[in-house]
Amino acid sequence: MTGRVLPSGEHAVLVEVDSLDEVLALHHRLWVRERPPGLLDAVVGARTLLLVAASARDLAGVRAEAARLVARTPEPMSTASGDDLEAVETMETVEIPVHYDGPDLDDVAALTGLSPDEVVGAHTGRSWRVGFAGFAPGFAYLVDGDPRLAVPRLATPRSRVPAGAVGLAGEFSGVYPRSSPGGWRLIGHTDVVLWDLDRDPPALLRPGLRVRFVDAGGDR
Amino acid sequence: MTGGEPAAYARLDVMAAGPLTLVEDLGRPGLASLGVGPSGAADIGAFALGARLLGQTTDLAALECHHGGLTLRARGSVTMVLTGARGPATVDGTPVGYAAPFLVRDGSVLVVGSPAAGVRTYVSVRGGIAVPTVLGSRSYDTLSGLGPAPLRLGDMLSVGAPEGELLVDVAPVVPPAAGAATLDVAPGPRHEWLGDLLALTEPAWRVDGASDRVGVRLDGPALTRAPGFDGRELPSEGIVRGAVQLPADGRPVLFLADHPVTGGYPVVGVLTPASCDRAAQLVPGQLVRLRQASSPPGR
Repeated sequence: MTGRVLPSGEHAVLVEVDSLDEVLALHHRLWVRERPPGLLDAVVGARTLLLVAASARDLAGVRAEAARLVARTPEPMSTASGDDLEAVETMETVEIPVHYDGPDLDDVAALTGLSPDEVVGAHTGRSWRVGFAGFAPGFAYLVDGDPRLAVPRLATPRSRVPAGAVGLAGEFSGVYPRSSPGGWRLIGHTDVVLWDLDRDPPALLRPGLRVRFVDAGGDR
Repeated sequence: MTGGEPAAYARLDVMAAGPLTLVEDLGRPGLASLGVGPSGAADIGAFALGARLLGQTTDLAALECHHGGLTLRARGSVTMVLTGARGPATVDGTPVGYAAPFLVRDGSVLVVGSPAAGVRTYVSVRGGIAVPTVLGSRSYDTLSGLGPAPLRLGDMLSVGAPEGELLVDVAPVVPPAAGAATLDVAPGPRHEWLGDLLALTEPAWRVDGASDRVGVRLDGPALTRAPGFDGRELPSEGIVRGAVQLPADGRPVLFLADHPVTGGYPVVGVLTPASCDRAAQLVPGQLVRLRQASSPPGR
């Protein structure tokens, strides 16, 4: 793995690598498996991992470990290669029943050149993977979907998107955990609860999980 | 996922909540994978000073009072201290000190007025504000709605049992001042998108009225991106407190405690921790100058 370690203030560094898979492998290594002392949080992005340390002193160790992991390994005897950064094994699959009745289903069909039924077929046809979280508690950016579904965000975001709305934006799909503003193109809705403080962990979708959308019927 | 409530030692009755008064502690770091941001006190220095002056740890929650307007009646005697933005404050009509602990006896009434400079006054109480924790913190996150709801008229707040000893009677601190503020900024992970950090440090910026606990929006000359970065998209990436983000409209945003976990605009600079605290006290309309931090951080 190669990458860059970029400055992000006195408490953090941003590690940039080539793919989300590499980000997830790095996250697994530095956050799940072997957390360096003083590492307070590790934020997965599409191509980056933000490492936040408790103090500037802790950051020195965190940065050194990150730099070691993303450095080229010129000498074949290096201990920093091999199984340290194996791909993250996929955890279980979560099924999400969706009523494909979203207000933007026809627009997505027009943008992709598919029929509305074909959009639904593409969305349910292969499983997605939780890439990273952000935007709101419980919101997950889903990746690895059907590439034909890549559509631009709305030019003007909606001021209110209802909880459970299922949307598309760029290469991603996602489900709104609660009512909020949003610019994703909405193709349906689900009754599944994405975020529940009485559940441990509260977020249904967490990095590494696979997600399969199932057509639950209803009006199109 | 809510924590237990410590035995109440005393109580505070909310007789007026002001425009916005929140319960805050040091927040809930470590939950980015759930999409949960850190939140916590916006001016960490002022919050921590309040805890120190009461001889207690920063684990205990305090009140973050925005623009004053707070009136509390004590049920049981409570020792308190005010830090952060400095405004007129009285107990039963008699002025009380700033950054100096004072006693509010059973039945007495504390009034926290609107500060002449700065936004956020911290009302720290000995024993802490004892509301249940949510995901390990008593902080209210205005972005996600997590944590104890903003104070309302008629709320009754439990106060925890006092711990430790009071050792200091007054701290010589400078409260936030009116007039132009200066913030120290170091290059951020995407500083090359701006080309030259001087573009950020030369103009005099003005604090926009849309600023809140998520971020301070700066109004001024729209900054343009460096050649080769115009129109480019940045995949979403993690954001730190103090990040200076450059949205497409070219007007910087300084992210505060309730910043989103990730963002899609380039972070061209990052404020020093002390400057993050100063940024949290900026008032709409106030002038701001950004200054390159003397030594690059994280090296």
